[in-house]
Amino acid sequence: MIQLIAFYIFASVVIAAAAMVIFSRNPVHSVLWLIVAFFSSAGLMILVGAEFIAMLLVIVYVGAVAVLFLFVVMMLDIDFAELRAGFAQNLPLGLLLAILLVCELILGIGAYRAGAVELGVPLAGPASVNDQMPNIQAIGALLYSKYIFLFETAGLILLVSMVGAIVLTHRPGTGTRGQNIGRQVRRRPQDAVRNTQPGVGEGVEL
Amino acid sequence: MIGIEHFLVVSAILFVMGVLGIFLNRKNVIIILMAIELILLSVNINLVAFSAYLGDLTGQIFAMFVLCVAAAEAAIGLAILVIYFRGRGTIAVDDINRMKG
Repeated sequence: MIQLIAFYIFASVVIAAAAMVIFSRNPVHSVLWLIVAFFSSAGLMILVGAEFIAMLLVIVYVGAVAVLFLFVVMMLDIDFAELRAGFAQNLPLGLLLAILLVCELILGIGAYRAGAVELGVPLAGPASVNDQMPNIQAIGALLYSKYIFLFETAGLILLVSMVGAIVLTHRPGTGTRGQNIGRQVRRRPQDAVRNTQPGVGEGVEL
Repeated sequence: MIGIEHFLVVSAILFVMGVLGIFLNRKNVIIILMAIELILLSVNINLVAFSAYLGDLTGQIFAMFVLCVAAAEAAIGLAILVIYFRGRGTIAVDDINRMKG
């Protein structure tokens, strides 16, 4: 019973938050609703026993991606009212397509439940869920053995995207003075150093 | 009792929300990027639900990879957005056609 209540709460909050993400007028509110959606979908994932993915969702999405969005939204000075100009114009067609799409998807799910396709045979391979092992340990055992190359590739993708983001947004030559090696090497001691013997109370002319 | 179809319906609705968000906010790239995040989130819910249903952890591993790609995509997309805004002073998608060649 409690699972049912939790599921419906999480599911309705996810869907309501997603609706608020796309319908809210202020993009900052959109980002905050996105965070709500991520949190409650993490709750959904905990319900089916995928704790690791749920925690990853909270850490990566809420901690990194949503904050990145928030930074960008607040950093750019944009007239958002102007950007929403086509909203009402696109609404009928968009809603029509959305209803069509959701009907198709739910039809597909219904057909799947009717048993036309045989997908629901539990595997008994190395990736099957083991009741003795906790979720995180099982994922680790699988990730570092069978999927090690995919894991490394994921790391590489993140590295490349990090380098790409830095390269794209880097602005060279503002406020920093680079090293001019030729000028450094050309400089002689007799040009740079001067011995003086100023009298008492006099300064040195530079 | 909650079956897999409950999760699939939630994920389908979330996916359609993402598509609708792309459709409705065609001028605002930030909302479009957020809608893409919603779509990837629905994919993740699907993967995790099937992983729990079939008793197979591979779905959760793939959900992790989808998450990784989503993070990379958000970073690159926002970086492109920032440089586009620097050059043009607006982020209206309608007139992004300078990149042809």
